[in-house]
Amino acid sequence: MRYIVTAFLFLLAGGVEALLMRLQLSFPNNPMLGPDKYNQIFTVHGSNMMFLFAVPVMEGMGVWLVPLMLGTRNVAFPRLNAFGYWMYLIGGLLLYVGLFTNTGPDAGWFAYTPLSGPQFSPGKRVDIWAQMITFTEISAMCVATELAVTILKMRAPGMSLNRIPMYCWAMLVQSAMVLFAMPAVMVASNVFLLTDRTIGTHFSNPAEGGDPLLYQHIFWFFGHPEVYIIFIPALGMVSAIVAAHSRRSIFGYPAMVLSLVATAFIGFGLWVHHMFATGLPQIGEAYFTAASMMIGITSGVQIFCWIATLWTGRVRLNTAMHFVLGFIFIFVMGGLTGIMLAAIPIDLQVHDTYFVVAHFHYVLIGGALFPLFGGFHHWFPKFTGRMINERLGKVSFWVLFLGFNLTFFPMHLLRLKGMPRRVYTYSPEMHWTAANGMATAGALIILIGGILFIVNVISSRRSGPIAGANPWDAGSLEWAADSPPAPYNFAFLPGAVSRYPLWSDPADRVVVTGMRNDRREILVTETVSGEPRFRHVLPGSRIWPLLTALLATAGLVGSIFYFQWYYIGAVLTAIGLIGWFWPKEPVEIEP
Amino acid sequence: MSVPFIAALQQSAIAPVGPQAGRIAFLFWSFLILLTCVFLLTIGFTLWALSRHHRGIEQEPLERTHRPSAATDARMTRAIGAATVVTVLILFGLLIASVVTGEQLAGLRYASNAMAVEITGNQWWWEIRYLSDNTRRILRTANELHIPVGRPVMIRGTSHDVIHSFWAPNLHGKRDLIPSRITTEWIEADQPGQYRGQCAEFCGLQHAHMALWVIAEPQEKFDAWFEAQLQPAAPPEDAHLQAGEQAFLSSSCVLCHTIRGTDAAGQVAPDLTHLASRLTIAAGTLPNNKGNLGGWIADPQTIKPGNHMATVALKSEDVQPLLDYLESLH
Repeated sequence: MRYIVTAFLFLLAGGVEALLMRLQLSFPNNPMLGPDKYNQIFTVHGSNMMFLFAVPVMEGMGVWLVPLMLGTRNVAFPRLNAFGYWMYLIGGLLLYVGLFTNTGPDAGWFAYTPLSGPQFSPGKRVDIWAQMITFTEISAMCVATELAVTILKMRAPGMSLNRIPMYCWAMLVQSAMVLFAMPAVMVASNVFLLTDRTIGTHFSNPAEGGDPLLYQHIFWFFGHPEVYIIFIPALGMVSAIVAAHSRRSIFGYPAMVLSLVATAFIGFGLWVHHMFATGLPQIGEAYFTAASMMIGITSGVQIFCWIATLWTGRVRLNTAMHFVLGFIFIFVMGGLTGIMLAAIPIDLQVHDTYFVVAHFHYVLIGGALFPLFGGFHHWFPKFTGRMINERLGKVSFWVLFLGFNLTFFPMHLLRLKGMPRRVYTYSPEMHWTAANGMATAGALIILIGGILFIVNVISSRRSGPIAGANPWDAGSLEWAADSPPAPYNFAFLPGAVSRYPLWSDPADRVVVTGMRNDRREILVTETVSGEPRFRHVLPGSRIWPLLTALLATAGLVGSIFYFQWYYIGAVLTAIGLIGWFWPKEPVEIEP
Repeated sequence: MSVPFIAALQQSAIAPVGPQAGRIAFLFWSFLILLTCVFLLTIGFTLWALSRHHRGIEQEPLERTHRPSAATDARMTRAIGAATVVTVLILFGLLIASVVTGEQLAGLRYASNAMAVEITGNQWWWEIRYLSDNTRRILRTANELHIPVGRPVMIRGTSHDVIHSFWAPNLHGKRDLIPSRITTEWIEADQPGQYRGQCAEFCGLQHAHMALWVIAEPQEKFDAWFEAQLQPAAPPEDAHLQAGEQAFLSSSCVLCHTIRGTDAAGQVAPDLTHLASRLTIAAGTLPNNKGNLGGWIADPQTIKPGNHMATVALKSEDVQPLLDYLESLH
């Protein structure tokens, strides 16, 4: 829960930065922000939204929802979870300390070398960016590990692989992607960039035989999967919402699962489409075009299945469903512009223009933020125990939907007039003023929508009607727990007799008895069949994860200033880990 | 020269003036029309699905009362299968169209009358060198690329510092300029005109003010321009201009700038030998006239903050002659 709240605070910060940029660009030659501030703000906006909001909020939702949906009491490795949270929080604060002390990074969220290298970005700005990446990636990998283990080993008895809720499949796929993608960016930002900057290696320095493009390859090998890491959990949310409010099981479950898995695999094979303008051999480019277009197939199958679910169900058009329909509208449009970007000749024209800005806001806001807001309305009763105000929710949806389209649709047109990205100003003769003005007006409307949403959340949390365990009469196991759930989720673990256990005949439902309630006891199940294997006791809260995170912080932040802190930090972190893993009395589990 | 500074479509990918940009624009519109149909169909089916069974909200889950019949399920499966097949076919068609267009673009380069130009990105201006086997006919200039109409031009791109990207959308897509690497791109203009280009890869503080002009003109006009540019700067005729030349040569300007025909031979900033013939100064930032030039020399850091031009301390009596001298360098 603290993950989700923290991530929403970072969303607000990122939104303020976006608004500042839109105001700066609202009319030509605006003197409000100079180039230096603008570059810092767009860099921090991108880094904030990718690393401090989107990935953590998806993982936070996963940490909260996955155990409930699987019918278990907690995630595996709760202390690793705590460590991950502290690393994430510290990394985020580091970035903002930088921004407010005028050392905000200014080389873009991608920090291409050689611009980000020691020669062209002196000072500590880029170092702060690179270490922020280290913090958030460590955190993401901690959460991915615990989620993957939870989903594979801690399911409700009877929940075989083919009964896992779609959302948990999505989180499993996402976790696997995190584990493969995040090390790549740490190689790029830490090994290449930071050692170039702090100890004088020459990975990216062409004068010494380094290669500036190598960094781009490794960065995008992470960077493209990164967007699927954000949007695959959102697809899982959509499946959960569509099933619950169409009043029927999701259509084409095997096809949906296979699409998710295929998206993850293909997602690692198309990073070069970010680099078409660098001039690569044509045969390789054609391969990456084809791979990029294949994402259209896997996404298409999922959209067809959702439409089929709506078609054969009885739809309850509440706020959550509004957000899902908004998602379909925006995401399909963003996906289709994505197909245009995959064609190299078109990409050469639209690459690094406002067309791309429009495209990725359509797929990220439409593809991830709208489902997230939908999920937030859908699970709000479960979070808080109270119903959210539907009327205000629908109003905020329409304001956000219209504001979003007013902001980002004109950016497609700016591309036609040749406006490149990342320019802090433009001259009136370029005829970019009208579209930019519309975009800024749209951004202000989004602000109003955001305020409505926050007002709704606060007032509904205080005085909404009491929800009860299952206000939507939904079928998945999280609705079997109390609203809000007790800290241990379930006193009696539910069994999964079908894909939607709460929709099966009440006479068939089962619960597990014989679990102790006076300690953190969970049931470990078999990976494929979901048959119970043995009971296991999770450790309680300790101070060590926080201490280890602080000791690691000393090393990582210190290394920005003095190289020796790499060693010191390693020793300090080892001390923390020794404390953490110090052997304790074995917990006795009676058979 | 009168300066029609910027018109609306001089930096536009949908007003192509060459075969490269033309083919890309055609591909773009084909994709756009087809994909718009796909979009409308998808949204249409979604709305249709909603309108079918929307009968109020207080309902039992269908799972509990009845499931869709086997026939309905089979029909849905067939529909999804068909939609998927159509998706695959459309994407395959688009892939072929894309690759074919790529091949056509590659095929445009084999022409016997081609000429070669090297463009080097710098923070934040463009160095332009017309290549030739005859070293005397190598021309170095800046921020303005003249090309003859109807003749293919090979752009050899590289960079002195960070990665930039050469982009004149009326002519072609982008090509990155990467330090230590050479990239190539072929452009060709069908119609005479002035086309604006702009750096398209974020390159630091003044990325926004890194533009250049591509000026396409008939072969004879281009030849005349080229021969004139090859000449060194004409020696100043009157005392006023001579004072201006002296002011230039005795200041720190010469450390960075070249004026051929004088002792000024700095290589790290734009060649000023024929400065007055150019449309703009400071890489497309300002129209080239005496007033703007005066403002630029007096305070470059306000006009283009962070750029690498130093503020040169000039005696006040030197300013007018210097400006007149620079504006005489046609």
